[in-house]
Amino acid sequence: MKRHLILFIAILALQLMIGGVVAQEQAEGGVLEIFSWWAGDEGPALEALIALYNLHYPQVKVINATVTGGAGINFRAVLKTRMLGGNPPDSFQVHAGQELIGTWVIANRMQDLTWLYEEEGWFDVLPQGLIDQLSYEGGIYSVPVNIHRAGVLWYIPQNLDSWGISVPTTLDEFYAVCSTLQSQGITPLVVGEAWTVIHLWDQVALSVLGADGYEDLWNGDLSPSGSEMIAVWDAFGRVLDCTNIHDNAAGLSWQQATDVLVAGDAAFNVMGDWVAGYLSTTLGLTPGEDYGWADFPHTEGTFTWLSDTFGLPVDAPNESAAIAWLRLLGSVEGQNTFNPLKGSIPARVDAVGAVPELYNVYLQAAADDWAHERLIGSMMHGVVANERFMGDFNQVLDIYVQSRSSAGAAAAMEEVCIQAGACGF
Amino acid sequence: MLMPTFILLGIFVYFFLGKTIYYSTTDWGENPAQPALSETVIRENIGFENYQNLMTDIIQAMFRNSLTNMFFFFVFFVIGSIALGLLLTIILDQKIVGETFFRTVFLSPMALSFVVTGTIWRWLLQPDGGLNALPTVFGLEPFRFNWLNSQEIWLQFTWDKVPQYLTFVGFAILAFLAVRRALHQDWRSVGFMGTLAVMMLIIFAAGVWDRIWLPLDVAEAEPSIAPKGFNAALVGIIIAAIWQMSGYVMAIFTAALRGIPEDLREAAQVDGCSNLKVYTHIILPQLRPFVISTIIILGHTSLKIFDLVFAMSGPDNARTVMPGILVYTKGFRQNSFAQASAIATIVLLFVVIIIVPYLYIQLRRHD
Repeated sequence: MKRHLILFIAILALQLMIGGVVAQEQAEGGVLEIFSWWAGDEGPALEALIALYNLHYPQVKVINATVTGGAGINFRAVLKTRMLGGNPPDSFQVHAGQELIGTWVIANRMQDLTWLYEEEGWFDVLPQGLIDQLSYEGGIYSVPVNIHRAGVLWYIPQNLDSWGISVPTTLDEFYAVCSTLQSQGITPLVVGEAWTVIHLWDQVALSVLGADGYEDLWNGDLSPSGSEMIAVWDAFGRVLDCTNIHDNAAGLSWQQATDVLVAGDAAFNVMGDWVAGYLSTTLGLTPGEDYGWADFPHTEGTFTWLSDTFGLPVDAPNESAAIAWLRLLGSVEGQNTFNPLKGSIPARVDAVGAVPELYNVYLQAAADDWAHERLIGSMMHGVVANERFMGDFNQVLDIYVQSRSSAGAAAAMEEVCIQAGACGF
Repeated sequence: MLMPTFILLGIFVYFFLGKTIYYSTTDWGENPAQPALSETVIRENIGFENYQNLMTDIIQAMFRNSLTNMFFFFVFFVIGSIALGLLLTIILDQKIVGETFFRTVFLSPMALSFVVTGTIWRWLLQPDGGLNALPTVFGLEPFRFNWLNSQEIWLQFTWDKVPQYLTFVGFAILAFLAVRRALHQDWRSVGFMGTLAVMMLIIFAAGVWDRIWLPLDVAEAEPSIAPKGFNAALVGIIIAAIWQMSGYVMAIFTAALRGIPEDLREAAQVDGCSNLKVYTHIILPQLRPFVISTIIILGHTSLKIFDLVFAMSGPDNARTVMPGILVYTKGFRQNSFAQASAIATIVLLFVVIIIVPYLYIQLRRHD
């Protein structure tokens, strides 16, 4: 028995030694580990960026570590165990806003990149509304590579014509369109699983509160249980009545919900502009002809955005390689390599103008809006509310769907705000 | 030679078990001033506040919903698997042709992981296809049931009535045991049960439950804004789970049948027992200890269920949420590590409630 124990310890020691040697070798060889949720459809865009990086830095071996799952749902869990375990990647993907600030920056896990912004001149080419959501107490903590637009109203123009309706521009017009369509047996607005419903709530709130009111809600100047918010929930209820929420919604991914739209069983879909990528690339439809888009009713002049950014964790093992990666991400060349493939627009306002032919009709229109419209951070994508709030908001939504009580939902939302330290609490 | 196992188990099971219980009594992730993921996070001990929040806070209605889901899943999954497993065993016991083939067929779902089962059944239970489209093969109207997305809630009850239900269940169990003891003419035990029942009645009548439960009581609005009951969306998940595990139950029962001496059966038949009577009076009583083991195994599987639900209806489906899924979403998405630990501890408590009596019976039998 004693011999076995010695053997066991010896094997353990050997393993530790081998592990140490491997780690050392990697550091000398020049390694860069990038951690993201871009696999599958989104993989090629990231791979193009990595190829570009290797063109500039051929001696660095890039490890492309991904954990799949839309919006990083599974990725974030893996990242947290790694960070808590003291094993950070060199650079990881994170949404701009509270997902970055409220989770990582306030926990002192990220390095200040203000000096990099100054060196690269990014202050002049990135909108202030975006930089604000990357900043905390005077520091800037990540580099945005793309912008997606959330809350766009998608439709098929031919179908609208055949049903005899036009795109609504106010909620009242929407309700009218809704009853017209329901009398013809068409679902006016298709929704999918829980997060797509929260995504819709975001637009209804923006529509009812207006851009100022929406911002006030998240910075604490508008009470989450006040009369304005009751009005938001009332409107949300009327919009939900135009959807398939009590039918098959919970089982539909956003792609499946878009399929319902394309099949002509629904008139509209409120979703981010990854839908444009799906319709153009996967289904081969032409933007502007086969499918159309518009602002959600009564939100014109605003641009609800979310941004994928990369940051530099404290104790990143290969810091210099990671900084070179961040420089590339923020450059016109990097953003124009990545975004046409990803189906998003560059965060830099000067990138599309440099090579406009890279971008299709939809993306050019979106890039123009990005440079000129009022920027609104998306709650669903973690810009204006922290992760704690996001999770518990799911419960608030369920309370509303079950009870249809605006007052109950508003009170529950206030409690979630207080517990999560969101909405200015 | 036991030492390494003992040390490894000590570190990787019991140490972390203890740590989870410890974290469940802290405010890790509850205090917005202390970032949960900071290296220097300060965790204050707040006693049982997390547990109290889970049981009473309106925001945590999702957790109470998950407990009711777990309960109904446990009941229907265990009963369904055992009933179907027993049926398969008896059918295969009829000396039919190709018995081994069928046994393999019925057992093979066991070899799949819950994720695979979940994915297959999610496709089969799509609203417009699979099972719902089955009747159209025979020229009938398709089913219109939303297996995984139904928002219906059956058997609705309110949370504040739970003590009354528990008392009622307690009476039922005591009455059942008393009748059984009475059949064995064990009057002392019957008296004991009777005393227990009277004590329970006194406790109930004196309103002790109200004193214990009321501080734990939820907001008055809860029954209307967050109703509890058997969520119809669970039906599909229960079907998939039964499909996977009934073959396993069949394997256990078949093995048990092999252990019943053939003479017993023959003796009964010689005495003129019908086939049915052979089963009800000879075979089934012999299977009883195996039924108990099976309930334990299936029971703790159902309490820990995660992967099947995750694959079939996703982690964000409020109608099919389970405690295991909440541990994941609360801990690793919301950074509410203390709450997640508290939920994990509550699930552990339920597993202990199921397993300890079993271990007790087993050990006593060995003595």
